[in-house]
Amino acid sequence: MSEWWTYRLADFLLFSPETYYRLFELHNNAVWPAQLVAALAGLAILALTLLQPPWAGRAIAALLAAAWIFVGWSFLIARYADINFVATYFAWAFFAQAALLAASGVGFARIQPSPSDATLAHKIGIGLIAFALLAYPFLGALAGRKWSEVELFGIAPDPTALLTLGVLLTARRTPWELAIIPALWCIVTGATLWVMDDPAAIVMPAAALLTLGLAATKPWHPRAG
Amino acid sequence: MPLTRRAFLASLAAASAASIALPRFGLAQSGLLTKPIPSSGEKLPLVGLGSWITFNVGDDPVARDACAAVMQAFFAEGGRMIDSSPMYGSAQEVIGYGLKKLNATDEVFSADKVWTGGDGPEQIAESERRWGVQRFDLLQVHNLLSFEKHLDTLFAMKASGKLRYVGITTSHGRRHREFEEVMKAHPLDFIQVTYNVVDRDVEKRILPLAEEKGIAVIANRPFQQGALIDGLEGETLPPFASEIGAKNWAQLLLKFIVSHPAMTCAIPATSKVAHLRENMGASYGPLPDAKLRARIAAYVEEI
Repeated sequence: MSEWWTYRLADFLLFSPETYYRLFELHNNAVWPAQLVAALAGLAILALTLLQPPWAGRAIAALLAAAWIFVGWSFLIARYADINFVATYFAWAFFAQAALLAASGVGFARIQPSPSDATLAHKIGIGLIAFALLAYPFLGALAGRKWSEVELFGIAPDPTALLTLGVLLTARRTPWELAIIPALWCIVTGATLWVMDDPAAIVMPAAALLTLGLAATKPWHPRAG
Repeated sequence: MPLTRRAFLASLAAASAASIALPRFGLAQSGLLTKPIPSSGEKLPLVGLGSWITFNVGDDPVARDACAAVMQAFFAEGGRMIDSSPMYGSAQEVIGYGLKKLNATDEVFSADKVWTGGDGPEQIAESERRWGVQRFDLLQVHNLLSFEKHLDTLFAMKASGKLRYVGITTSHGRRHREFEEVMKAHPLDFIQVTYNVVDRDVEKRILPLAEEKGIAVIANRPFQQGALIDGLEGETLPPFASEIGAKNWAQLLLKFIVSHPAMTCAIPATSKVAHLRENMGASYGPLPDAKLRARIAAYVEEI
């Protein structure tokens, strides 16, 4: 691209905020009642991180992988790519994250939750999961947007990435390979919302920073016991 | 000049031809200002319609109909040129939807672009399919990307009757030196540049060169993507606005642009019928002269 330094971030925005937010309304209408399944999956993940049966990590990873695939296909490719050709590349990143979750999370059980009385990181992780499920979807409505444009875990990309970051914080040690794509997505969505003057623009990048910062404080190897 | 019988009959014939040629959108087009394309003499209304961002609404049926309503109002006000690009997301398809719905492929002056170093002819064929047109009126090399290759394609298309006009574009004042070189070296029909009351860099060299070479000029980003209008919202219109029949800021800013002697038309984009009508109002009534243009620029600068 010529004279790239003269381009501002806003020059890459191909659509209006109204069109972007309307995507979620159209998407919610199109996939109903998948929201119910996604809500159940989200609550199941929260319960598994708290109850911690020995198979919790694998089950959580499988549910997350399904969510990343569904969002990548049904939202990024089938809807967002209509107004933003880069969304197809985003979708491939979502599929890669699903593959990583399957390999690392399901195959090697690398996101087994740590004992709940453990670290600050664990507590914040639970908080992030709850935030992604119960609070983030309603930020738009608080900012005056329509309820029908609600962004839900497993249906829309932002809360899906947010909940995944929360899960990673609850793991005994940080599976860094699973943090890269969600963190990058936080930057992408933060930039998109920032260019659209959305007050929630800071939320996703802040969550990524918090996760990476806290994850760095965790031990590199599983503690004995 | 005394009115001879022959002249009278000729004017009658012209009037009846004009009434037949009036589009089906039911308008009052008397007084609509036009400027000729220097290379052909074909007249274009001073205000066209851009589609960057505003027409990229995907397959949302409600938003597509809203865009079609904007197009309908545009044609009803006498508008002709709609400009798009393959890099505007779904905008081309949305224009195609509107043209089909309004049955307006004959009304539109279709202006599009070739983009990136990919296969030009294939990309152009895809753009024609999205618009639903047999051929474009104008194709422009988008931001000079791979212009050598694309210009060869476009001039060959023009020579074989598959295209009417050839142009190049830039925006935000980029690559002006190279732009000038292309203007000098090729028999272009059109250029498209960023020009508005604040971004006036092209006045120095590019607009005089266009006048000298007889190249039509399209002004993009006439309101700095809405920022100019937003910034002027609530500010009082200068008293001299009424001298040129400008009832609002949009009309004053557009009249400033299209009154430049080298300028052929401006292409504001909007998704609202009310704004479209405001914009089209700039195609009527007197235009500012050089002195008044300077006063408009000074007034806006002061704000």
